[in-house]
Amino acid sequence: MEALTNMEKANKTFLEEVSKRSGEKLSLCYQCLKCTAGCPTAPNMEFRPNSIIRMIQMGKKQEVLGSSAIWFCVYCQTCGTRCPNEIHIGVLMDALREMAMEEGVHAKEKNIHLFHEAFIQSVRRGGRAHEVTMLMEYILRSRDLMKGSLIPGVKLFLKGKFPLLPSFVKGKGEIKRIFEKCKK
Amino acid sequence: MLEDRGAAFGLEGRGKRTREFALSETLLKRSDPRTLSEAIMKKLGVFICHCGVNIAGTVDVKSVAGKMGEVKDVSHSADYIYMCSEPGQQLIRDAIREKGLEGVVVACCSPSMHENTFRKAVKSEGMNPYLCEIANIREQCSWVHQKEKQKATEKAEEIILATLKKVRENEKLEAISVSINRSVLVIGGGIAGMTAALDLAEGGYEVILLEKEQALGGHMTQLSKTFPDLHPALPDLFTKAKGIEMHPGIDLHCYSEMEEVKGYVGNFELTIRKKATYVDWEKCNGCGLCIRDCPVEYVSQFERGLGVRKAIDLLYPKSVPDKPVVHRVHCRYFIDGSCRKCEEVCPEKAIRFNQEDERIGKKVGAIVVATGFDLYPREKLGEYGYGEIPDVIDGLTLERMLSVDGPTKGKIIRPSDGKVPKEMVFIQCVASRDPDRYMPYCSRICCMYTAKQAKIYKEQVPDGQPYIFYMDIRSDGKGYEEFLQKTIEEKGLLYLRGRVSRIFQDNGTVRVLGVDTLTGNMVEVAADMVVLATAVVPSDGVKDLAAKLRATVDRHGFLTEAHIKLYPVESSTKGIYLAGCGQSPKDISDTVSQASATASKIQALLSTDQLLQDPLIAFVDEHICSGCGICVEICPYEAREMDSRRGISVVHSALCQGCGACIGACPNFACELRNSSSIQTLRMMDTFV
Repeated sequence: MEALTNMEKANKTFLEEVSKRSGEKLSLCYQCLKCTAGCPTAPNMEFRPNSIIRMIQMGKKQEVLGSSAIWFCVYCQTCGTRCPNEIHIGVLMDALREMAMEEGVHAKEKNIHLFHEAFIQSVRRGGRAHEVTMLMEYILRSRDLMKGSLIPGVKLFLKGKFPLLPSFVKGKGEIKRIFEKCKK
Repeated sequence: MLEDRGAAFGLEGRGKRTREFALSETLLKRSDPRTLSEAIMKKLGVFICHCGVNIAGTVDVKSVAGKMGEVKDVSHSADYIYMCSEPGQQLIRDAIREKGLEGVVVACCSPSMHENTFRKAVKSEGMNPYLCEIANIREQCSWVHQKEKQKATEKAEEIILATLKKVRENEKLEAISVSINRSVLVIGGGIAGMTAALDLAEGGYEVILLEKEQALGGHMTQLSKTFPDLHPALPDLFTKAKGIEMHPGIDLHCYSEMEEVKGYVGNFELTIRKKATYVDWEKCNGCGLCIRDCPVEYVSQFERGLGVRKAIDLLYPKSVPDKPVVHRVHCRYFIDGSCRKCEEVCPEKAIRFNQEDERIGKKVGAIVVATGFDLYPREKLGEYGYGEIPDVIDGLTLERMLSVDGPTKGKIIRPSDGKVPKEMVFIQCVASRDPDRYMPYCSRICCMYTAKQAKIYKEQVPDGQPYIFYMDIRSDGKGYEEFLQKTIEEKGLLYLRGRVSRIFQDNGTVRVLGVDTLTGNMVEVAADMVVLATAVVPSDGVKDLAAKLRATVDRHGFLTEAHIKLYPVESSTKGIYLAGCGQSPKDISDTVSQASATASKIQALLSTDQLLQDPLIAFVDEHICSGCGICVEICPYEAREMDSRRGISVVHSALCQGCGACIGACPNFACELRNSSSIQTLRMMDTFV
C-alpha cells in the first residue's frame, strides 16, 4: 500500500460497490477489532479483516482485490457472529473474491484459484469435502507439491483426520441440484 | 496543668515575653475557676464506633472504651459496630436519658461525615447539640496507622481524651436565625439562565434576569438545528424567551451588567448597570424603520463575520425583546454628529441620544450564575490556517451558514468565492484535549455537532464528501451513539482517526495533510472548505464577575462547584449557584437539566423566610478589643466591622464562616471562636504533648 492516500484519487464508489454486492453495512465498522481478534487465519493475512474493511472505506480497490488476505478467509463465520455491527466478513470476502475474479485481478497466491476449485469439485462429488482426493486433484493440476504442509498433513493423517475413502452425504441428488441452480 | 504550661512558655515568668506566654497569661486571667469546677462535675458519655473493621481492625476499641470509662467525669462509655446506624444512635439517646449525660463524645469518622447525625440524635433527648463533639479516630488514626495497632490504640485514646477536654468547656449554643429575601437573581439569559428563571418564577419566586446582550437566547440563537433530534433551535427557544418576557414574576434586564454585589446568602444587595441603549424601549414599537434607514453597516459578531449589521439594530431578527440598540462606537451621531437618520424616521420619537447608563439597586436571596461559553479565540490559535485562509471556519460560523435566517439563508458556501464546497473537511479537538498548548479538557459538544453538521451538509450537497478527522468519538448522551451510527451509515461520512499536520492554500483549494491511524497512512485531501471544532472556553468577564460574587473559578476560568459529585450546582460560596457552560462545557440537554436542578435547590433554600446558621463563629471580648481594625482587613468574608460609636470591632454573625483568621490576627487576643476557644485548644494540646 502507498504511504500517502490522496483522497482525490481514491475510489469513492468502491465502498458503495462492495456494500451493494455483499449486502453488508460496511460504513458502520468502528474498528473494534473483534473480527481480527477471533480470526484463525488473520495471523497469515497481510491485511487483517478489520484493515480490509478500513481499506474499502478509504477506496483502496486495487490493494484489496489484489491482496492474498481475501483468499485466506476460510469462511468460519467467527467474525460475523461476533461483529457488534452485524457485518458478515465471510460474506464480504466472498464478494471481494468474486469481484477480484471478474476484474481479472491476479491473486497474490499463485494457485489459490485451483485450490478453491479443487475444494468445490470435491464437494460436488460427494456433498462434503474429501481431503485426500481434493488435495490430489490440486497437486496434479497445480504441480505444487505442498512441501511446507507435509508435516502437518502427516500429523492430521495420524489423528485420523484424513480418511482414505470418501464418505458421501445422503442427498447427492440435492447437492447436484444446488450446483445446477448456482450455475444459473 | 495549664499553669505549668504557662510557666514553661514564659520561662517561669522571666526572660522573653513570647506571644505564647502573653496568650496563656491572658487566658489564665480570663478562665474563671468557677466554670472549671463546674466543668469537672459534668457527666460525660463516650461512644466508640467500630466502623465495621475500619476502626476496630486497627484500634482495640474494647480496651479504649474500658479506659475511657475510668476517666472520673465519664459516667458512660460504650462501643458499637456502627454508631451512625439507628441502634447505635439509640445507644446514645438511652445513655443520655438514663445517666443524665451533660456532654457526649462520639469517637468515629470525620465530623464532616456524621457530626450532624449525632448532634441531631442528642438534640432529640433535649441536650444542646453543641455539647456533642466528634473525636476523629478513623481518618486521623485507624486508616493511617494500619500497621501499628498498639500505637494506633494509644493515639485513639489521646484523641478522645483531648476531645473530652474540649467538650467540658463547650457552651450551649443556639443556631443563628437570619431572615432571607425570597427573590433570585439569574445572571445570563442563555438557555441555562432562561430555564432557571422560568422554573423559579413558576415556583412563585420573584426573579431578576440579567443579560449582557440586548436580547435573550445566548449562543443557542446562533444554532441551526440541534442534535440528536435535529429540531430547529429557534422555535423552542422563542417559546421560552416569550414566556420570560410575559411572565409577571420575572424582571428582565437586557443590555445590563452586574456592577456590585454585597451581602451574603439570603440577603444579597446588588447594583445593576443598565447600559444606555439610546432608544426608549417603552416607546419603541419595534417597527424597524430606524434599522432600515441607518446608513452605517459593520461586520456582525453575531453572524461570525459572515454578515453585516447596522449601527442601530436588533441582535438577530425577531429577537426577544425585539427592541434595537444604538451601537455608540459605530453610530455617526456619536462619531461626528453627522447623522440623525433614525431619530428622523422614528414614528414614536423613541431615539434618545442623551440617554445615560442607569444604576439600579436590588435585593435578592440567591444568585444563579449562568454565564455560558465562548469558542476558543481565533487570534490565540496559530494553527490550521485559522484566520488566514478564508475557507477555514469554525463550527459556530458553519452554524450561522446553516441557519435559515442567517447570512447565507441556510446555504453552505465558501466564504472566499461563494461556491458550494464538494470536499469538506471537519477537524475535531481543535484546542481541546491538548494540555501542552491549549485546553486539557474535552469540550463535550464537538463530536455530536460535527456529525450533525456533516449530516446536514451531505443532505444539502449529495455529491459532496465530508471527511472528519478525530481522536475519539464521544457520544455519551441519550440517543447520541445511535444518531452517530445512523448518520455514518446513511450519509457515508468518512471518519479518519488521526490528526491534521498541515493546511495550506493550493490553487483554489485548501490542502489538508493528515494521518489515518487505522490504515497507518498519511492522508491528503484537496478540500474546498475546512471546519474546525474549536474548544469551548468560559465567556469573557467571568473571572471579574466571580470576584464580585466571591465565587471561585478553576485555572481555565470555569466556575467551581462546591463538590463535583455531591454538590454540583452549588458554588463554594453559600447562596451562589451555577448552571450551564460557565461551570463546564455541556450540551443543551445537560444544560437544561442542570439549570432545573439549580432552580430546585434554590426553591428549597428559599422555602422558609428564616435561615438557620451554625453558631460556631467568632466573637469579640469587648473589654479587651482596642479597635485597631486588623480583623476587619483580614476577614475574607467581610464579616468584621468597626463599631465607631463604641470604638471596637464587631462580628456580623450571618457573614462569619468561623474560619478563625481574625483570631490569629488579633494582637490582643480579643477574638475567640465559639466552642473552639484558645483555652480549649490549649487544653487539647496538653493531652498530646
